[in-house]
Amino acid sequence: MIDINVVLFARARELAGADSIKLTLDDPATVGDLKAALLQQYPDLSTLLPHCTMAVDHEYSDDDTALSSGCEVGCIPPVSGG
Amino acid sequence: MIQITREPIDSTAALQQVADPDCGANLMFLGTTRRWTGETETLELNYECYQEMAEKELHKLCTEARQRWDLRGLCVVHRIGNVPVGQASLAVAVSSPHRGVAFDAAQWLIDTLKQVVPIWKQEVTRQGETRWVHPGSEVNR
Repeated sequence: MIDINVVLFARARELAGADSIKLTLDDPATVGDLKAALLQQYPDLSTLLPHCTMAVDHEYSDDDTALSSGCEVGCIPPVSGG
Repeated sequence: MIQITREPIDSTAALQQVADPDCGANLMFLGTTRRWTGETETLELNYECYQEMAEKELHKLCTEARQRWDLRGLCVVHRIGNVPVGQASLAVAVSSPHRGVAFDAAQWLIDTLKQVVPIWKQEVTRQGETRWVHPGSEVNR
C-alpha cells in the first residue's frame, strides 16, 4: 500500500470540504487510480475533477504518472491567475 | 526575480528591479481588479495559490523567456489574498535593448502565466456573491 497526501485548492477545496486529504492506495498506483479513489470518497468533486490536472510533487502529470508513497499530489482546477 | 506576496504591489520597485543602462525599453504591465464584468459589479478578487508549485512554475516561465528573448531584466510579482477594485494583482516588468522584444516577451509571459501557474481568483460581487473562476468549467459556484 502507498500513502498519498492530496492538496486541494479553490473550488475543489470547497467541494471536498478539506484542503488536504490522506489516501491509501494499492501499490502500484497511478494518477488515474488516485482520481478514481478521490471520486469514490468525495462524490461532490465529480463535476469539477474531470477539469482538474493533477500535479505530482509540484510537476504537472497525466493519468499514467506513477505514484510513490509519501508523494504530494496537488489537485489543480483550471487556473485563473493574473 | 519573482515574488508572490500578500502585500500591495510596489510597481516602482518592480520597474527599478529591471532598470539597465544598456536597455532602451523598460516595460511594465499591471493587471488590476476591474469593476465591471458585463452586468456584474466586482468589489474585490480573492486570490489563492499553490505556493511551492506557483513559484516553481514562475521560475520556469522566466527561464524560458530569457532563452527566447534578449531580456536584461525580468520581474514578476503576483499578489494573493484580497485585491480590491483598481489595485494590482500582477506586475510584469521587463527590460531589453529594444522595445519589440520587450513587448513580445511580456505578452508571452502574461498569457502563459494565466494558463499554467497554479493561482486562482474568486470574484466577490457587490451583491455579496462569491464565484471561483475556473475557465472551461461550468461548476464555479
